[in-house]
Amino acid sequence: MVSGLFPVVLNGAATARRGQILVGPVDLTLNGGGVCVVIGPNGSGKTSLLRMMHGAARLTHGSIDWACPTPQARRAQAFVFQRPVMLRRTVRENLAYPLRIRGARRREALKTAGDWAERVGLGGMLDRQAPVLSGGEQQKLALARALIIEPELLFLDEPCASLDGRAMREIEEILVTAREHGTRLILSTHDMGQARRMADEVAFLLHGKVHEFGPAAEFFTRPGTPQARAFINGEIVE
Amino acid sequence: MVDLWSGLVQAFWLVATLDSELVEIAMRSLRVSLSALGIASIIAMPLAALLAVKRFRWRRFVIAVLNALMGLPPVVVGLVVYVFLSRSGPLGVFGLLFTPTAMVIAQVIIVVPLIASISHQALRDLWEEYHDLLISLNVTQWQKIHTLLWDARRALLTAALAGFGRAIGEVGAIMVVGGNIDHATRVLTTAIALETGKGDFALALALGFVLIALAISVSLTIHWLSRTEREAKW
Repeated sequence: MVSGLFPVVLNGAATARRGQILVGPVDLTLNGGGVCVVIGPNGSGKTSLLRMMHGAARLTHGSIDWACPTPQARRAQAFVFQRPVMLRRTVRENLAYPLRIRGARRREALKTAGDWAERVGLGGMLDRQAPVLSGGEQQKLALARALIIEPELLFLDEPCASLDGRAMREIEEILVTAREHGTRLILSTHDMGQARRMADEVAFLLHGKVHEFGPAAEFFTRPGTPQARAFINGEIVE
Repeated sequence: MVDLWSGLVQAFWLVATLDSELVEIAMRSLRVSLSALGIASIIAMPLAALLAVKRFRWRRFVIAVLNALMGLPPVVVGLVVYVFLSRSGPLGVFGLLFTPTAMVIAQVIIVVPLIASISHQALRDLWEEYHDLLISLNVTQWQKIHTLLWDARRALLTAALAGFGRAIGEVGAIMVVGGNIDHATRVLTTAIALETGKGDFALALALGFVLIALAISVSLTIHWLSRTEREAKW
């Protein structure tokens, strides 16, 4: 894995749709390694921030500068959606798809797909049709499909939003392993427990802006703003 | 009732004895309509996929026109093709008028909008589902189209079957451009029209039953070959 993506510098970056700002302007510098957890109330722009950084939402103001050219940066990223998108194919073919898109040979892609299915605990389901899997299995599949290209940076948009405790633990275990292998994770969540377990850094979003950003330990013990303190304590922040 | 019954009996005997003329006509029907279906699918399905994934200025207009053309009157299509292929027409030099090729051309024109519209509907829904993932994976336009066509293949099959149904049962256009010439361009539908005109209802009905049986068996064969309705979800 080449490390050419970071640091990434967001300079007044914002995305708007039909004239309405979804998130931004955001000024942020992220270095490589670790898990950055994005938290904030509903509608604060978590999803939009992730999509904007990934390039799935159009950057309408400001700039996002990766340490390498943007097309190259995009190839080194993957994205896991809140609701996993399942291709109407078997588990094996779902996993092989990103590799095939990148020009891998069918036989090798399918073999790698088998390995990854084992890693995320879907080894016995390779020939099942992906859309009939359970929610937890689908999200694990989506995660493996994102990790199979060995991305340098992985975005996760509330990956455990509708999963039970066990599925969440399995997903988190996969994420921890990915982090240990050097994948940078940017994870949005509204689950404070998950935020505390996973975060190395925290970005607290409010009204489409980064309200507070810093190391997780510091953020959770000594939040710098009253809103962040209230949010951590589970109060309603508007 | 008498006609219906004697039609059934005659149809049974025609099929049971493999009447050579019937076989010839039925085979020509199949050949013309399946050729038209094949060519139309090759044109319509990629077009439908392109309309689903590409945003361009005239997209809505093209879709509206395609939808409108689904109801294209075959006899008018036949007339236009006739004018183009006739000796004095722009394509007259090829001498295609009153040949099976002319019939295929006319049927392709009739069937393309139908297949394209139904396919587009299915592909648009699938694209909505896949959009985020495929954008995230940086797929090229060609890969998008390929993925959609492959994963929507069952819906596309339905579109193709609808197209086949329209082609095999169509009489207006092929009558005009084919001419219903015995041993050359006579197919089941034109033969039925002819026999009805002559007052031979029993034979006309017999041909009609054969036509229906043919349409059903082609549909079943395609379903069976592609194994629809067997796997869990679609």
